[in-house]
Amino acid sequence: MFVNQFLFLGAILFCIGVYGVVARKNAVLMLMSIEIILNSVNINLLTFALRNSSTDGHVFALYIIAVAAAEVGVGLGLVLLVYRNKKTISIDDLSEMRG
Amino acid sequence: MIAQNIGFWIIAIVMIGAALRVVTTNNVVHAALWLVVVLAGAAAQYILLAAEFVAVTQVLVYIGAVMVLFLFGTMLTRARIGAESDLNNSYKKLGIPVGLVMLVAMGLALTDSFGDEKLPESAKVVSTQEISDQIFGPYLLPFWALSFVLLAAVVGAIVLARKD
Repeated sequence: MFVNQFLFLGAILFCIGVYGVVARKNAVLMLMSIEIILNSVNINLLTFALRNSSTDGHVFALYIIAVAAAEVGVGLGLVLLVYRNKKTISIDDLSEMRG
Repeated sequence: MIAQNIGFWIIAIVMIGAALRVVTTNNVVHAALWLVVVLAGAAAQYILLAAEFVAVTQVLVYIGAVMVLFLFGTMLTRARIGAESDLNNSYKKLGIPVGLVMLVAMGLALTDSFGDEKLPESAKVVSTQEISDQIFGPYLLPFWALSFVLLAAVVGAIVLARKD
């Protein structure tokens, strides 16, 4: 197996996730795209851990999983709060802070 | 090695197709279910990369917990189940060149740096003991910081989401 086949899989998933963040205006779907991005980063970390036969990449991947779980919890809490106050979760409608 | 290669390509194609569905589908619940396919495929790739503990953690945390959160979030913020038409920005076509430019840049850099370098043939599976020796040895301080982050996130999510 080549190093590049895993790295290219990570790159393709990363770009799909970036497209999702740009194209979506539903906040829950944006959070899902961010999850795709974080998973592509994990694939990269584990590829390099195998290539250099070290375990540091595994520790980083576990920490990323934990931080992603915290991020989803707080993110969905924020989305719920926005929905309760504005009856919508469309990002385009949240323009109060525009100068 | 041949079997692993075949497995890699099948899983990779399924993952990419499912990820494309996540960012293009018009149904939020379908997007969440396609995301399950992407996350399960990522767990399978971790096993191919000899990282069994990370793969098990991925299944437990992502497919078990995060997906339930997503489905609850969908359920609590939407009145109806089914296809919706206003999920995308008006300038969503702009996202396609953005993604393609990033992909071409990263692809050029990757082919330049790694070419046809191969992964080590007989990779030994990294045991849970080695990972825990790392976490509770050199990476202990980030581990503490992470536990505080999780505590703050749990308290913060409860404070944000509860009704007063």
